[in-house]
Amino acid sequence: MQRSNTYILVFTAIMTVIIGGILSFTSQVLGPAQKKSIELDTKTQILSAVMNINKKEDVLGIYKKSIKSMVVDINGDVITKDKKGNPIVAEQVDLVKNYKMKPADREYPVYEYKNPSDTSKVEAYILPVYGAGLWNAIYGYVALESDLNTIKGVSFGHVSETPGLGARIATKEIEDRYKGKTIFDNKGDLVSVTMQKGEKKDPALFGPHQVDGMSGATLTGRGLNAMLKNYLGDYEAFIKKNQQHQ
Amino acid sequence: MSTETLEQPVVKKQAEPLFSKRRRKFVMDPLDDDNPVTIQVLGICSALAVTVKMEPTLIMSIAVVFVIVFSNLATSLIRNLIPGRVRIIVQLGVIATLVTVVSEILKAYNYEMYKVLGAFVGLIITNCIVMGRLEAFAMGNKPWDSVLDGLGSGFGYAWVILTVAFFRELLGSGTVFDYPVFEKIGLTHIQNNGLMVDSIGAFMVLALIIWVQRTRNGYVEH
Repeated sequence: MQRSNTYILVFTAIMTVIIGGILSFTSQVLGPAQKKSIELDTKTQILSAVMNINKKEDVLGIYKKSIKSMVVDINGDVITKDKKGNPIVAEQVDLVKNYKMKPADREYPVYEYKNPSDTSKVEAYILPVYGAGLWNAIYGYVALESDLNTIKGVSFGHVSETPGLGARIATKEIEDRYKGKTIFDNKGDLVSVTMQKGEKKDPALFGPHQVDGMSGATLTGRGLNAMLKNYLGDYEAFIKKNQQHQ
Repeated sequence: MSTETLEQPVVKKQAEPLFSKRRRKFVMDPLDDDNPVTIQVLGICSALAVTVKMEPTLIMSIAVVFVIVFSNLATSLIRNLIPGRVRIIVQLGVIATLVTVVSEILKAYNYEMYKVLGAFVGLIITNCIVMGRLEAFAMGNKPWDSVLDGLGSGFGYAWVILTVAFFRELLGSGTVFDYPVFEKIGLTHIQNNGLMVDSIGAFMVLALIIWVQRTRNGYVEH
């Protein structure tokens, strides 16, 4: 059936308006719920660096009771306003956007974890990290003990590493390998923790700054190493400052 | 021929039962004899990509059934208004809208699945099954028939990818819906098969399903 050009133009115009209306309506209605989901997801990830989070637990409640967040700059000084003078909230700092800036210009969130039963001292400092894996971005949170040297736990995530190979960084098995490792050597220099090539499956073979590798995922491992080294380096000023306080 | 003369005789005829034999065929055919995945070999990309675990596969199935049914319905309702020269664009518009709605709902109420499926839900837009049904069926049939046809094709797709996911998760991770099956029945020595976690595993399971089905139905290549 041949229609006139005018008909086609009017038809597509009306359809565009209807579709646009449906889409903006959906976005408006679901906006608040989406914001909540993202918040819950971020907070779950932060907490999972220091504890095992069960899906049914009241993540927001635990978070509110045990986490104090702040933002520091490359010199380790606490900042409360961004360059335009708007207040910064650590949970809302966009890691992707910051990653694209020069390290000196970035905002670095720090999450202090205090045990709700003993709030007198900080039990762990949780630091977000971000970098590139083999295929796409990898990210995570590193929790340091109160000595700011020993790793209390990590939680990693990835966008699209190979399932069964690089994607293993997000599993408990790999994350647990980082527990108890230290990031400073005896002289006090930052050496970070390096994942080795190959997989030996014997924790006794590795020193305090090394973890067992992932078989078949050496490149993801390299990305992981670079991510930790870069970000721990960026946080070094903050770490050193807080170590002196103790 | 104008649309009025096309529809008129139908009104005078006695109404066809809601699930007449002819209509049941719309639902039953794509489940087996004319399955979109195993016979028509459409929608393979997502069948490979999302079937590592049961849970995301189930969500994906629901999403595809939803999109295919409602885009069939919407397209069928406006089929006589759609200008032939821009019909593909109109169909794409309908599908893309529904897919975006699904993706937004997922983002709001199941963020974890949104992270897992994110890109693939968006790719339902290019899922050949949906587009194929609109062009081949909804453009020329009445709304209720189109809904049934959508249900048939949707579930035809769903059962295949769920079966693939079942075997991939069971053999690749030793679980079903994240429930450790092998561990619970005492078979702790069973090693996970890494091949199943990779897309190669999906190819193999899918091929086996096609083999079994074609042998049973006596399928002959035309």
